[in-house]
Amino acid sequence: MARNRTVRVDYLARVEGEGALYLRVRNGRVAEVQLRIFEPPRFFEAFLRGRRFSEVPDITARICGICPVAYQMSACQALEDALGVVVDEPIRALRRLLYCGEWIESHALHVFMLHAPDFLGYEDAIGMAQDHPEVVQTGLRLKKAGNAIMRVVGGREIHPINVRVGGFYRTPAPSELAALADELEWAREASRQTVRWAAGLTFPDFHQDYTFVALRHSGEYPLDRGRIVSNSGLDIPVREYDDHFQEEHLPHSTALHSTLRGTGAYLTGPLARYNLNFHQLSSEAQAAAQEAGLTPRCLNPFQSIIVRSVELLYACDEALRIIRGYQPPEQPYINVEPKAATGYGCTEAPRGILYHRYTVAEDGAIRDAKIVPPTSQNQGRIEEDLRQFVPPLLDLPREDLTWRCEQLIRSYDPCISCATHFLKLTVDA
Amino acid sequence: MSYPDGPVLVIGVGNPHRGDDAVGLMVARRVKQRAPAGVTVLEHTGDGAALMDAWQGAGQVFLIDAVSSGGKPGAVIRVDCRELQGRRDPGLVSSHGFGVAQAIRLAAVLGRLPPRMALYGVEAAGFAPGAPPSPEAAGAVAHVVDLVLREIACTSTA
Repeated sequence: MARNRTVRVDYLARVEGEGALYLRVRNGRVAEVQLRIFEPPRFFEAFLRGRRFSEVPDITARICGICPVAYQMSACQALEDALGVVVDEPIRALRRLLYCGEWIESHALHVFMLHAPDFLGYEDAIGMAQDHPEVVQTGLRLKKAGNAIMRVVGGREIHPINVRVGGFYRTPAPSELAALADELEWAREASRQTVRWAAGLTFPDFHQDYTFVALRHSGEYPLDRGRIVSNSGLDIPVREYDDHFQEEHLPHSTALHSTLRGTGAYLTGPLARYNLNFHQLSSEAQAAAQEAGLTPRCLNPFQSIIVRSVELLYACDEALRIIRGYQPPEQPYINVEPKAATGYGCTEAPRGILYHRYTVAEDGAIRDAKIVPPTSQNQGRIEEDLRQFVPPLLDLPREDLTWRCEQLIRSYDPCISCATHFLKLTVDA
Repeated sequence: MSYPDGPVLVIGVGNPHRGDDAVGLMVARRVKQRAPAGVTVLEHTGDGAALMDAWQGAGQVFLIDAVSSGGKPGAVIRVDCRELQGRRDPGLVSSHGFGVAQAIRLAAVLGRLPPRMALYGVEAAGFAPGAPPSPEAAGAVAHVVDLVLREIACTSTA
């Protein structure tokens, strides 16, 4: 048996941004595992200092081309919290719709283009398209349905420009939203079939006793608001985040590692949301999961492709619900006056909870900013998974073992571009 | 004017804030000022999936982008996209890296390539964030504009 192995993946493919994996096995045990994030540091928190509070949603949207809405939503929530503003329900519904667009776009991209090739045995989506063109075509069309929401509500598909603290610059006419419905009906049906298709894939037998962290709200599946909860008893308002979570810099990564005090590594993202909030999914999404044999408790990270498909269906459902009930807000936004204050925001980005904290000066300038993206939070858990996953597989040929490790990392849909914002880049020689 | 292959589309691809990556956009803007009626000109970020949607239904497409092939900065290449099909490129296929080359290859596999599509590439000197275009790449813009307009004129039947 191969007791000593080294697995090195210099460039992880099909993840967002640039990262690498280094794994060293000695005497059948994983002696060292490093998910190395070497995407250059981004310094966004420092950029924000001195900028006007109203600029924050547009600046932070630039952190990611895949989940800009998440940044805008967490930023608005934090700044509205600081400045004592509560948006009306119609504005909130519209924001939720925009967020559904991002979930559809991001989940479709991951399920079909980034993750599916792992299960079907292809190097990438282009190779997969040769033999499974219908899978890729469905993914592209679903992604486009999400993009259409982003364009109509957000003003454009990438880095939307229509979101502001207090609401929107412009709210769409009911006819603009109604025009999205037919394609979303198609998308809902396609998502339902996607759940079935994903459940038919073959999954490694790998289950972990995860600490899940997600938002929870009594009235809905978490997206744009809620308390931060875990399956180990955590249940806190967003403003207490810093009391319970800590970040540290590890030399092998330009992204900060987050841990839950007293617990350590935890998992955020679709699997956490699903396990903590199954009963808040629409009845359609719950039914699709159960028909596919997915129980409300899912502890296999590889099955996140099914969970993402369930959330895809939910996002289509929720988008249609909001469009059908849409009453244009009387005003597109509430006027927001600056004052000296600190505010907290947390929303569910496609990859997990995204925490923002801002301190605003009396004149409206940002004094201090803190942003914790989901991939920073998941890094420790990815490494822990690899420690457990690799030992039984040590007899596999190198190429297969590497492939399995990459597949496990991709289950988390890591967004490395989002996660990197730390100062120092060190690569272990 | 009419075009036997169907609507003509010019797509300048790039990021205006990344040095020579702006060159595709610069060409598109100039082509737009001089393009014959009926020719559509777009500026595009280069997201692969969106590109495939953008060229859906077009008969003849001109893609203009900065390239990094080790050539002399400012050098202009023209590639028939159907010739790119068999080639493998070493780029990473993440969504951030799902760009022009991957879109062409995927479209070819899915039967979504327009009947005619040419890529005009301008060899870049650099892509530094916030940098202006290099004199070499910027100096090639007028030449590429002429080449694209000439090729469009050659295919028109009126």
